[in-house]
Amino acid sequence: MTTIIDYDTGNLRSVCNALQRIGVEYVVTDQPELIRRADHVVMPGVGEASSAMQKLRERGLSEMISTLTQPVLGICIGMQLMCEHSEEGNAECLGIFPTQVKRFAVSPGVKVPHMGWNRIADLRTPLFADVREGDFVYFVHSYAPMLCSASIATSENGVAFSAALHKDNFYGTQFHPEKSGSIGEQILKNFMAL
Amino acid sequence: MVAKRIIPCLDVKDGRTVKGINFVGLQDVGDAVELGRHYAMQGADELVYLDISASYEGRHTFTALVERIAQNINIPFTVGGGISCMDDAARLLDAGADKISINSAAVRNPELINEIASKYGSQFVVLAIDAKQINGVWHVTTHGGRQLTEKELYSWAKEGQERGAGEILFTSMNHDGTRQGYPCDTFAALADSLSIPIIASGGAGCVADIADVLTRGKADAALAASIFHYGEITVNELKRQLNNQNINVRL
Repeated sequence: MTTIIDYDTGNLRSVCNALQRIGVEYVVTDQPELIRRADHVVMPGVGEASSAMQKLRERGLSEMISTLTQPVLGICIGMQLMCEHSEEGNAECLGIFPTQVKRFAVSPGVKVPHMGWNRIADLRTPLFADVREGDFVYFVHSYAPMLCSASIATSENGVAFSAALHKDNFYGTQFHPEKSGSIGEQILKNFMAL
Repeated sequence: MVAKRIIPCLDVKDGRTVKGINFVGLQDVGDAVELGRHYAMQGADELVYLDISASYEGRHTFTALVERIAQNINIPFTVGGGISCMDDAARLLDAGADKISINSAAVRNPELINEIASKYGSQFVVLAIDAKQINGVWHVTTHGGRQLTEKELYSWAKEGQERGAGEILFTSMNHDGTRQGYPCDTFAALADSLSIPIIASGGAGCVADIADVLTRGKADAALAASIFHYGEITVNELKRQLNNQNINVRL
């Protein structure tokens, strides 16, 4: 069984719908014991980093997430919270991925938020099985994790950034697989096969 | 670099899509989910569903439809039409919409942009602007261009961005429905004055018009209805032709 961590950061429905489309059974919960027992854990997130971190702490989840041993997938803010620090609200994060989350700078030809379909490259790990270099996925964000040793996919919006991260049993995507058409569904299936 | 987006727009009345012809292989062209899925499979980057129901019952049906769309469509979609308060926005978010577009209600009450954006994020708010050029000035209009407001296009778009809108959907009422192309100079000036993406709407008659607004007009996305609904060109064929002109699209 898969659990989707509910920490009150906006809409979880897109992720639920996407899992349903690929035939995955899930529960949405903030209960640590249910999260710990799951085969797979998904941590979505929309919103602002420092308040999202605050909500994780209030629910007593901030300590336990780093101790999980099953495959964990953070999506968007969910992944950013697994990094060391985010510029958004100057948030100290969980420190699972060895990188910093920084805001994109607006410049000619570079829009913020980075919104829409962009290519991913430098793909590593089974998370990207059957996904090709240069395939398009859907992004919506103004902050992004910098490149680091844990980067398993890169993209660029004025600067290169980590489009996905991996360390041990933890995975994260800056893009939204749940909104990235058939490529996104493939990535979710790959995660479920881990 | 982020790809230029092609966005089919579907008008929905009392839960059914209107306009459109019988596509080969589509059982029911009036089924908004089926038509949306058809466009998504053709390579549409996003979809816009516009509720043109006038009645309360129609609105209610639309919310139920949005839930079905969210369950079945695997690309982002925006809903618009008749959103006038926070409750409408919340209801559509809960139903699974990725974005909402607001138009007249924002003109009447600009604070609505701030309220929705601060609660649900800028990515959720598309500010739709219908403007008409009279004596060289772009007046913002409501009621399908029939009513002039005291707002002016550039300052209103800028204000919308500052209040938290994540995208601007601009339709020139001088060009809408004419199929004569877009006012590309105006689009380019708008793009230069804003940092958020701009979606061009209203006026596309052919591929060259869309290519023009995405290059010379500096628009980030093009929204179209008729050219897709009447089967003149498929989304995929349009994107292939844009790609041949070195426009960065997702194929």
